[in-house]
Amino acid sequence: MGGRKKTLVGMAALMLLTAPLVAQSWAGDGPGSVELGSLANHYSAVTFDHAMHTGVATSCAECHHHTTGASPTDPTCARCHEAGGKSRSVACRDCHSDKRFSAEDLAKIEETPKMYHKGKLGLKGAYHQKCLGCHTTMGGPTGCQDCHTRNDKGDAFFNSGKYAPAPTAKAGH
Amino acid sequence: MKMLNRRSFLKGGLAGGAAIAAVGTSKQAGAAGQSFGGYPDSMGVLVDLTKCVGCRTCEAACNKEQGLESPDKPFDDLSVFEEKREGGLPRRTTEKAYTVVQKYEVEGREHPLFRKVQCNHCNEPACLTSCFVNAYKKTPEGAVMYDPTVCVGCRTCMIACPFYIPAYSYSSAINPVVKKCIMCYDTRLKFGRPPACVEACPQEVMTFGKRKDLLKLAHQRIGQNPEAYVDHVYGETEVGGTAWMYLSDVPFDKIGYDTHLGDQPIISYVKEFLAIVPMVLTIWPALFTGFYLLSNRKDALKNEDNKS
Ligand code: SF4
Ligand code: SF4
Repeated sequence: MGGRKKTLVGMAALMLLTAPLVAQSWAGDGPGSVELGSLANHYSAVTFDHAMHTGVATSCAECHHHTTGASPTDPTCARCHEAGGKSRSVACRDCHSDKRFSAEDLAKIEETPKMYHKGKLGLKGAYHQKCLGCHTTMGGPTGCQDCHTRNDKGDAFFNSGKYAPAPTAKAGH
Repeated sequence: MKMLNRRSFLKGGLAGGAAIAAVGTSKQAGAAGQSFGGYPDSMGVLVDLTKCVGCRTCEAACNKEQGLESPDKPFDDLSVFEEKREGGLPRRTTEKAYTVVQKYEVEGREHPLFRKVQCNHCNEPACLTSCFVNAYKKTPEGAVMYDPTVCVGCRTCMIACPFYIPAYSYSSAINPVVKKCIMCYDTRLKFGRPPACVEACPQEVMTFGKRKDLLKLAHQRIGQNPEAYVDHVYGETEVGGTAWMYLSDVPFDKIGYDTHLGDQPIISYVKEFLAIVPMVLTIWPALFTGFYLLSNRKDALKNEDNKS
């Protein structure tokens, strides 16, 4: 992951030095696939086919908002980030915290009264809302295990598989 | 049996009670009449119903966190959404499930709407004010807690709750206890951590934070995306405000929310009840003594009958 991040940052730096037009072709130069596993607990990591998705998306901004330098597709974001507003990192987890609602994160919000993005989604929420949102409108897979298979710990958590409750004889209840 | 609306039942009962105990109520009623309005820094949860996908992960998380009995069906079994109670009503919270997700098919909406139900942790809880042994308390962090050791099992709180939340566990016949969501107070909230369901939800349907900040966030979300929401934050004012609040794209009365509860905490009705409690306490011993004497007399008569 570290290597890929460096590459992205390097490319972003390079883009800063080149003509803005070049940014358009950059989409195809993103990583081929990304392993999304930092949150894996009840499910296995997701191998995200980045290359395939760049082919489907109309703009990098559909997922990366303003961070890649493309103009945001969401009009709410465009109110401030119309020009793109490239950021140092384009990785989801560098903006969307994997410790959302932790005392630490809540304190940060509290101590920064002028922070605008107070309600910014955590990493898990950002992934799921983005993926499922688009998959629902585009007819992509939406079942939990369509993207990540559940592990044994997950089966126990959901009282499913070999942890499923024994069918009870009592009819009605 | 005709189902009585719980609140009209309560109000009716109170009116009757108040008439009996009309003398000497003013002092207590005055004391209870000061509106409390909620703790200023209490925490809350903003639930954005437009984001819920009905995966029931929150239910599973609650079950594990609270160490509840294993469910009748796996938590990934979506057939529970079709289960109906009497009167065609969807599932409700029970002593085995402090939170349940309900499914609503809404005309004109492309997908069903899912609604997570649990205790709303009212600012001025009717369960608390209706309980005459003070089994309930509202913590400064926002959770509504109850103490099973003082509960006498009268079930007034079940009738008083405008959201039909408290359930009863009869697993112990001698000491039945109220069971409901406690906002994970003793394992999480008091340490500043969000409830287990909030953390488990893949969609971040729920936002945890100070109630006053959540209100700003809720109105900001509506303002930024007015086509995506109805202009109402359910729980902002209902029954004096609740710690759990809701955003929806469908009018709340279409998805099972009671929109006629009013903005006044139910304490306003219950304070009359509180005022009659001391009266009840003084009358009851006398009444019971009377019953005791009566039944003794009957027994004595019976014994005499048997002898002859
Ligand atoms: S929702 Fe019901 S049980 Fe929960 S605090 Fe309010 S009155 Fe009490
Ligand atoms: S875990 Fe979240 S998305 Fe899933 S049913 Fe519960 S509230 Fe809805």
